[in-house]
Amino acid sequence: MNILKVFLIFFFLIHLNSVKADDQDERNQITKNLRCLVCQGQSVYDSDSEFANSLKILVKQKLNEGLSENQIYDYLKIKYGEWILYDPELNKNTYILWLLPILIFLIGGVIVFKNFFKKKKDQL
Amino acid sequence: MLYSTIGYYSLILGLGVSLLIIFFSVKNFQNSKTISVNILSFTFLQFFLVVVSFLSLIISFVLSDFSNETVFNNSHTTKPFFYKIAGTWGNHEGSLLLWLLVLTLFIFIFILKTKNQPIKYKLLTLIFQQIIIIGFFLFLIETSNPFNYLFPIPVEGLGLNPILQDPALAIHPPILYLGYVGSSIIFSSALAATSLNLVSKKWASHIKKWILASWVFLTLGILLGSIWAYYELGWGGFWFWDPVENVSLMPWLALTTLLHCILVLERKSILSSWVIILSIATFTLSMCGTFLVRSGILNSVHTFANDPERGLFILIFLFILIFISLFIFFFFNKNEEKISHSFFWLSKETSILINNWFMMYFLSVVLIGTVYPIFLDVITSEKISVGPPFYNKLLVPFLIPFLLMMAIGPRLKWIKSQLEDKIYLIILLIISILLAYLILKNFSQNILINTVLISSAFYLFFISLRDFFVDKLKNISQNIAHFGFSIFILSILFNNLFSSEIITNLKVGETFENSETKIVFESVNQKQETNYKSIIANFNIQNSNGEIDKFSPELRIYNQPIIVTSEADIKTTLMEDRFIVINLVQNQNFFNVRYQVKPFMLWIWLSVILISIGGLLSFLKKRS
Amino acid sequence: MKKKLLPFFVILIFGIIFIIFYKGLEDTNIYTPNLNVKKDIPIFNSKDFYSDKILKSSDIFESNKIYLFNIWSSWCVPCRQEHPLLMTLSLNDKINIIGLNYKDNKKNAVNFLQELGNPYKKIFIDVDGIKAIEWGAYGVPESFLIYNNKIIKKYIGPLNQNSISEIKQLIK
Repeated sequence: MNILKVFLIFFFLIHLNSVKADDQDERNQITKNLRCLVCQGQSVYDSDSEFANSLKILVKQKLNEGLSENQIYDYLKIKYGEWILYDPELNKNTYILWLLPILIFLIGGVIVFKNFFKKKKDQL
Repeated sequence: MLYSTIGYYSLILGLGVSLLIIFFSVKNFQNSKTISVNILSFTFLQFFLVVVSFLSLIISFVLSDFSNETVFNNSHTTKPFFYKIAGTWGNHEGSLLLWLLVLTLFIFIFILKTKNQPIKYKLLTLIFQQIIIIGFFLFLIETSNPFNYLFPIPVEGLGLNPILQDPALAIHPPILYLGYVGSSIIFSSALAATSLNLVSKKWASHIKKWILASWVFLTLGILLGSIWAYYELGWGGFWFWDPVENVSLMPWLALTTLLHCILVLERKSILSSWVIILSIATFTLSMCGTFLVRSGILNSVHTFANDPERGLFILIFLFILIFISLFIFFFFNKNEEKISHSFFWLSKETSILINNWFMMYFLSVVLIGTVYPIFLDVITSEKISVGPPFYNKLLVPFLIPFLLMMAIGPRLKWIKSQLEDKIYLIILLIISILLAYLILKNFSQNILINTVLISSAFYLFFISLRDFFVDKLKNISQNIAHFGFSIFILSILFNNLFSSEIITNLKVGETFENSETKIVFESVNQKQETNYKSIIANFNIQNSNGEIDKFSPELRIYNQPIIVTSEADIKTTLMEDRFIVINLVQNQNFFNVRYQVKPFMLWIWLSVILISIGGLLSFLKKRS
Repeated sequence: MKKKLLPFFVILIFGIIFIIFYKGLEDTNIYTPNLNVKKDIPIFNSKDFYSDKILKSSDIFESNKIYLFNIWSSWCVPCRQEHPLLMTLSLNDKINIIGLNYKDNKKNAVNFLQELGNPYKKIFIDVDGIKAIEWGAYGVPESFLIYNNKIIKKYIGPLNQNSISEIKQLIK
């Protein structure tokens, strides 16, 4: 019975592919990465303010003009500052932001693996 | 008026009782054969006083007593009865009072229920807990008094923000606080155990119950908040990586790590220092969260009344606690030599250690992502935003080894082990990869990472599924939790990859049609309720199978305060949620309509409940 | 030695964190884009409010003249507040006020100007809010002081007595 359910789910999963990506996807992708200046906790995609609605139209227009995702980000960065981007780019302000977690991961790894080697020494 | 007086003086008395409890505890500490009856009764008295205070605030809300400033700011006579009560803790002052209530309740339970532990340990835990309780009393009385008078008495209140008038959000804070406050017991207990050098297997199995209880509450609390955000806040998102959400996730991550780590300590008396650090970190992160949220140092979708003075108080209080714990940790903790105790590379300890390693990484990503903008702003005055893409980039790739480890780890034995049933492990891995590939084969973007990710989630899914049959009830709670986690990750992944969305502008009578879906905007009608007026739009939506469903999303115009909210209409089925929401567009006669099909939405919630059930079972299990 | 240094190091780190949080409390958490950046004004075309003809921004803004570019709308309450100030300012002949009618209904906008007066030399129409974004604005009202085709000063939200006297100072 359980197995049957599981198979039904998989059957359903494989058929999910029929969902096609439409042209709104790229716009949504971009607006999700923009922070709304009016309701400052939300992305432009999630927000419903006048500003966010206009920005959605603008992004679509820029895409139609043939600008790439990054060009649109750059354009808006000049207008509103880096704050508007949810995805901080790697520069001198954000080295620590991006690299510190990785550094912590590596240090953690060293501590964990040191325990194994300690053991080996004990055995010898 | 009367109730405010009762409530206020109960608080003052409660603070006084704190001092008495500390006094008697210290006295009792020198002569510690039995716990003095005084202490137990005073602890109960304190709890009772806070209950009285809390009840008087509830009564003030129910009676709409606008001579009370908190009631005036957050209530209104037309508000439904249920939300008058829930509104008690839907605001800053009331929620702190609730926090205090849980604090006093938990320490009372702790004193009553802790058996077979040294008296000195119980007394010392009580003292540390009273320090926290005093901090909260002072915070309430000094900066956030829920019983301030207003004169002249206003005729009508300002009302509760309508997006907070919601059943999920009414029970979200109490549940979450049970989790947060549970972690305060762990904190005090860890400090007491360190000071008395009692960190041992026995202590571990005693505090494990508290860890499990807090963990279950915290998990459910976050779940409720997330469900609320899903149908109330946005456009079908349930986690925005918003600072306020991160702040609840951080103690959860620390607590989950602690939960795994305490298992090792319980069996093998190793990693004791690490357990202490985690116990301290969990509560510190909860407090740090309170600071970040209440001080208004961060901005977030979740608007709270902000006040820098309150922020300063919590900040100082937080750092007093941090420095006390640092002092105790460095001064008393003498357990370090035990750490060098042996590890064999293939053992349950190692896998838990690796779990800890990854969890700490996840925690550091969330922590750094949340506070980094503050640091950058203070140091360089540059302002940046850290949002979902940051967390996705740093977290998602690391999930792959984490999931694999989660699948294999529980199969290992303590101390030293061989991997049994190697063939099974390999066969299941191959099946998982094939399945993931089949599902994603037509998918264009990021196929590689998604396939690997889904494979590893499937792998965990299959292995824990198989363990239900092979291992029977040997370690059912762990297995349920891990199984739940695999479903959780799978549903999120499928939800992300296969959601589809239509955004369009429609007037009444118009129809939107594409190859899959036909949306007919039938009509609009209006409804008048006591505290809001609603505009209901009626849609008929036909999906690709030709089935037609009626949807009626609403726009609500609340009268007190005047706020327009849009209420989504969501049809939930086992396999997918269909979600429609409308909005007005300035100076246009059409509505902005968003229709989303989100597969496996329900499974995200169910899997989290499953994970909590795992914790609950472990909590109920008697140790043999 | 290493063991002894560790506590001090940890305490130092927490001390720094405390100071940063303390400093952080003083700042507001609401983001506003930098107000004092000198930027070239955007070049755009839009319909004229009265004639519906296409206006080129380059024809309107002449270099060596001072302009106040004001984004407004009839549905915006703060615009109503600042309007009398714009009316007084329009009497000053050193400065030309140019309007951008933001996402408005034509009829309401005309009524608004009939009721409160028209301080604008020219008014552009911004149907969907895109022109405002070109200017780096995100709400109504916003005002930009322009000289030599450059934005000298930006005002977010309604102008008040202080900002008007500041403008008067600047254009002297």
